[in-house]
Amino acid sequence: MIRILATARTEFRIALRNRWVAISVILMALFSLVLSAAGSAPTGDLGVDRLSVTVASLTSLAVYLVPLVALLMSFDAVAGEVERGTLPLLLTYPVARVEILLGKLLAHLAVLTLAVVTGYALAALAAFRTDPASLAGLPALIRLTWTSVLLGATFLGAGYALSSLARRPSGAAGLAMGLWLGAVVLYDLGLLAAVVADNGGWFTTEAFPFALLANPADAFRLYNLAASQATAAAAGVGGAANTIPLWQSAVSVLLWPLLALALATAAFRKVTP
Amino acid sequence: MTPTLKISELTKSFAGTKALDSVSLTVEPGSRVALLGHNGAGKSTMMKIILGLIPFDSGTVTVCGEAPGSPAARAQVAYLPENAAFHPALTGQEQIAHYLALRGEAPRKALPLLERVGLHDAARRRIGTYSKGMRQRVGLAQALIGMPRLLVLDEPTSGLDPVSRRDFYALLDDLAAEGAAILLSSHALTEVEARTDRILILSGGRMVATGTLADLRRMAALPVSLHVTARNGHATEIAAALPGAIRTGGDLRLSIPQADKLETLARITALGSKVADIDVVPPSLEDIYAHVSRRDGQ
Repeated sequence: MIRILATARTEFRIALRNRWVAISVILMALFSLVLSAAGSAPTGDLGVDRLSVTVASLTSLAVYLVPLVALLMSFDAVAGEVERGTLPLLLTYPVARVEILLGKLLAHLAVLTLAVVTGYALAALAAFRTDPASLAGLPALIRLTWTSVLLGATFLGAGYALSSLARRPSGAAGLAMGLWLGAVVLYDLGLLAAVVADNGGWFTTEAFPFALLANPADAFRLYNLAASQATAAAAGVGGAANTIPLWQSAVSVLLWPLLALALATAAFRKVTP
Repeated sequence: MTPTLKISELTKSFAGTKALDSVSLTVEPGSRVALLGHNGAGKSTMMKIILGLIPFDSGTVTVCGEAPGSPAARAQVAYLPENAAFHPALTGQEQIAHYLALRGEAPRKALPLLERVGLHDAARRRIGTYSKGMRQRVGLAQALIGMPRLLVLDEPTSGLDPVSRRDFYALLDDLAAEGAAILLSSHALTEVEARTDRILILSGGRMVATGTLADLRRMAALPVSLHVTARNGHATEIAAALPGAIRTGGDLRLSIPQADKLETLARITALGSKVADIDVVPPSLEDIYAHVSRRDGQ
């Protein structure tokens, strides 16, 4: 435990010096403020409070931004140590590889949590200013916050796994961007195309819900939209949210970080310095 | 005494080429052992196997009675890699504090450690601003953490200035006196010659020579060189008494087999006051190393 905390402290310090803390906090704050400003037009008509509307918009934002920031922070974690030549020495210390990864995860997750909380808090403040009834949306915001952190943990783990597989920062960066595009953008497009081609057949009724649950980003979106009252305010995947039980998306959101960490550990064990 | 490091019949191949071929050695507590060899002779491979960083094909390796790379072995072994590298964004103090924590020691010991390697003034500067020699000293500082029983040092003095090198070997002497076993590789043969107890020469993955410097001298049987300075005007008489000597002015140089050394010296002393001075130059480690490596076809 001491070794994990020591690693986390050092990694957090490095993130601070590399401006990762500043970059991710400013990024989240900026996007959240832009979203709440842009979303201020259609208010009142939906019969829900402002904050719930904001949460629905923030969900769509987080699904792109949180994995991106997580992958940007993590792709260098192992490949960078290999390139700098710091890995052989580190591995001669009495510290297990999983402890090294957990330490890095803890530090990067702290940075991400800081960014997410700052961004969401600013958006919430903006909502409270225009609509005092926003208190009703607070549970949805809290839910969005912890699921965002878990989504971040999933993509941090995936980033470590890719970093271990690539062993070179440039290769790891390419793989990370590929994963982001694939999981967050192309996956949904693919599903959409399959649903259209299938025209209401077996895929749409049987496979489609599982395909959504199998992707951590979709599961995150499903869980937040299904649990929130603001489903009506969201389009796209939100429609599917009604057909999948809430506990199933919750399980997916909770299991993915563990799975990603297990993958990362397995990949890191294969790295010979 | 149980050896700190025991290797027998160690073999390791990379893609069909033997990097290490049936290598055996032991390192006792408190002994300083130098590992010599050309680039690619297998020194770094052997070190990485001792540290448990890479697996090996056959043979046995025990480090402090444990399997190499096991948590118990890692807790007792310190390593200084060739070209020690650290994260440039951290200060020397932060980096050492981190390594201290990983070994379960108090991070506040970082400053005294850096002081011991002469980095006290730069402790709060980022490692990115350090020179190569300073990074090497950070590497040395981390190798001193927690009284290791075995130190594996890969070219520890590369990048150090002559004074730092002397300080470094003085540190090693202290560690060895406390019972630590030291295995170091180096290309700087003159310093190894003076500051280590035993020498191992690897060539093409095989151990071609092992022993103290005196053992190696005997084994190589290289000629001893004698340097005689004649008193004014007596050079010709001395040259006559020493057939085979090469004369330059009043100086005579003579190369003789090891076995003839004492007899030749007796003949020179018999010349009495005609001789101003004598120097006996035994073959240096460099000569022995070149001899052993050449014999091995390198």
